[in-house]
Amino acid sequence: MRLVLEKRAETPFALRLLSPLLAVALTLVSAVIIFAAMGQDPLHALTVFFILPLSDSWGLQEVAVKATPLVLISVGLALCYRSNNWNIGAEGQFLVGAMAGGWLALATHGAPDGPWLMPAMLVCGALGGALFALIPALLKTRFGANEILTSLMLVYVAELLLDWLVRGPWRDPQGFNMPVTVGFEPEAIVPLLLEGGRLNIGTPIALLVVVLAAVLMGRTLKGFEIRLVGEAPRAARFAGFSADRLTWTVFAISGGLAGLAGVLEAAGTVRMLQPGISPGYGFTAIIVAFLGRLNPVGCLIAGVFLAVTFIGAENAQIMLKLPLDVTRVFQGLLLFYVLACDTLLLYRPRLVRSVAA
Amino acid sequence: MPASPPLVQAQQIVKRFGALAANDHVDLTVAAGEIHALLGENGAGKSTLVKMLYGLLQPDAGRILWQGAPVVLHGPREARRLGIGMVFQHFSLFEAMTVAENVALALDGDAPLPQVAERLAETSRAYGLPLDPRREVWQLSVGERQRVEIVRCLMQDPRLLILDEPTSVLTPQEAEGLFATLAKIRAEGRAVLYISHKLEEVRRICEAATILRHGKVVARCDPRAESAASLARMMVGSTVLGVKHEPTAPRGKVRLAVAGLSLPPAEAHGVALRDVSLALHGGEVLGIAGVAGNGQDELFAALSGERLAPRAEAVLLDGRPVGRQGINARRRLGAAFVPEERLGHAAAPRFPLSENALLSGHAAGEFLAGGLVRRGRLLGYVDEVTRVFDLRKGSRDPEARALSGGNLQKFTVGREILRNPDVLVVAQPTWGVDAGAARRIRQALLDLAAEGAAVLAISQDLDELLEIADRIAVMFHGRLSAPLPVQGLTQESLGLLMGGSGFPAEDAA
Repeated sequence: MRLVLEKRAETPFALRLLSPLLAVALTLVSAVIIFAAMGQDPLHALTVFFILPLSDSWGLQEVAVKATPLVLISVGLALCYRSNNWNIGAEGQFLVGAMAGGWLALATHGAPDGPWLMPAMLVCGALGGALFALIPALLKTRFGANEILTSLMLVYVAELLLDWLVRGPWRDPQGFNMPVTVGFEPEAIVPLLLEGGRLNIGTPIALLVVVLAAVLMGRTLKGFEIRLVGEAPRAARFAGFSADRLTWTVFAISGGLAGLAGVLEAAGTVRMLQPGISPGYGFTAIIVAFLGRLNPVGCLIAGVFLAVTFIGAENAQIMLKLPLDVTRVFQGLLLFYVLACDTLLLYRPRLVRSVAA
Repeated sequence: MPASPPLVQAQQIVKRFGALAANDHVDLTVAAGEIHALLGENGAGKSTLVKMLYGLLQPDAGRILWQGAPVVLHGPREARRLGIGMVFQHFSLFEAMTVAENVALALDGDAPLPQVAERLAETSRAYGLPLDPRREVWQLSVGERQRVEIVRCLMQDPRLLILDEPTSVLTPQEAEGLFATLAKIRAEGRAVLYISHKLEEVRRICEAATILRHGKVVARCDPRAESAASLARMMVGSTVLGVKHEPTAPRGKVRLAVAGLSLPPAEAHGVALRDVSLALHGGEVLGIAGVAGNGQDELFAALSGERLAPRAEAVLLDGRPVGRQGINARRRLGAAFVPEERLGHAAAPRFPLSENALLSGHAAGEFLAGGLVRRGRLLGYVDEVTRVFDLRKGSRDPEARALSGGNLQKFTVGREILRNPDVLVVAQPTWGVDAGAARRIRQALLDLAAEGAAVLAISQDLDELLEIADRIAVMFHGRLSAPLPVQGLTQESLGLLMGGSGFPAEDAA
């Protein structure tokens, strides 16, 4: 007996849904094994990790707060990846967005002027992220530089820039030498949705972005272009689409969304600038994008799931004394399984008996 | 005295790909010293069968006997060790390496390069296949590349040589050379399994034939005792009708003109277009013949606008200079294009037909409303192509890759023709398409021309061009000959042009 992979003529629709669920299931099985190996009761640990975060209003709000940047960024990345543009630098674009919006907040600090400030900050953040993302797009289309490398390396540029700013020119003089800026003025803060929580208007913005992106991808010519360029570049040229121009477009969109997520995080959740402003949202969003099948609605679901793992890891750290790195392990395993399960979409596994000699 | 067992026997071979039985209890027997033809339409299962004989695929059921003893071939290496060699339709050569290096790479074992080069020169002389071991492959013509592949096989001293459509890339004169080589191979007691579509050449050189249809053996015969028509009938299962065509002199106005177009190669080892001129009249079919790789792809890209010309005046559509305009601008002026490669160029494999209709149809605008794609209209268009061109498909809107080659070709041609183009440029209109679909496509091209449109057909199939074209021009080394009226043209006269006679001397080298 041997296992053979047969190429599928067509991928059944149900399988497209099933494949990420299978990946999640395999991750959970792996989690049980890891928990057991660490001397924990696996069932209890799973409850702490995946159920507890969803069991009260505070937990749910926290999940939404964490899911918001993941969803915003991953929707943009999904457009990129669909068109075969591998933007790995969303983390950097996120930070530049936070810095660009934060700059406006700091520049008007002490003399904030009316309700235009917060929207203007969001625009600044999105623009900053977009411009920063256009650097790898330029390098790719002009010089043929690999965008995976350039966008990834620019993350470190952004991190170090933020680090320098908050330790240098933007440091709060009354901050006891801590590397933080002053807290933003109320006018520069993204309004909350509910009293007694951290849910802000970033979440509805993310939902709106999901809807717009779903319409873009599914119903418009631009969405068709994005999918076609990624799937069959030569056919895309035959359709009259320019891959180079599209590279600029999708990098601008994904950078803009990452930047928007960054400024929302800075002006909504953190309310100042500091080095650890992102717990790796830009990288986790890559997993979200793939787990969500590079589909905007899928990104929403996957974003919520990964947000749960963030909160769950905090719970596990407090209640089970498990290291925070366990989350990273789960997220890595999840991406691994997602990509592995994708094989099922293109191939059908079949056991065949060896042919008698 | 019992006769010695045949060289190779396939018995009751079954190979399934999903629901499709590519080989359905196939029997094949090839004797030593025989050139055996394997005939069938595209998709009949010929390639699947020989891939199993060469160890690339494993049968799901049935067995293979080599000189009477059952064998299991887990890979090409084992097949080669037994004495089975294969030359594929698509060559597997490294362009940037020399002939000798390519051969040395493929030999099992590690003989030093000078020794390989020497044996190579020896073998190529012995079989009348002249080759210079030191030349780099990119400098070779397609015919020469095929020689490299054949010599490479022969150096392994095979008992059975499998050739997959070897003459499809050769001029008639080059094919003659190949036939002489095959005769020599046979005289040495080796066997040849010869896959081809070309029934006349099968009748000339093969003494046995196995004919496949839909994965089953439908006939075995001696092709020398059959006519081309009777062989075709066995392949297709019904009588194949020709198309109705009366060649005429050009009479309509010029719809597509190319004037002095030169283009450097798009990539290393590509072909440059050199001073190409042509005038395509309404109501005519102009054929462009030529051995593959002489600039036909480049000409198609320049006509379609996938590559822009250096000057706007180099390409004229209805008198308007469009050389600097992209493919969609040209489509809006009434031009339509069908590229050679169905999957990946003409159509996106994993997109449904409706979106593949949008692919070339979006420029016209009728499939869009307020920025949104009109799915209903696209589906209606697919239905219409299906009806007019008799597409056979499993569902209303399947992915392009789920269609057979012939049906997908009918789709990519049909989606352009139903837009009633003024100018249609089509490359290899019936490449690898079964006879029924080919006839339908050719007739559709002729009907389109009869309604006044101008049709440019780039094809390597001379029979096809002689059947549908009013005039034929030949491409050689990036140059285009003056078109000749099809009356009075023969395979032979075109073959000479395709080999470079009549072109400037420096090209013919």
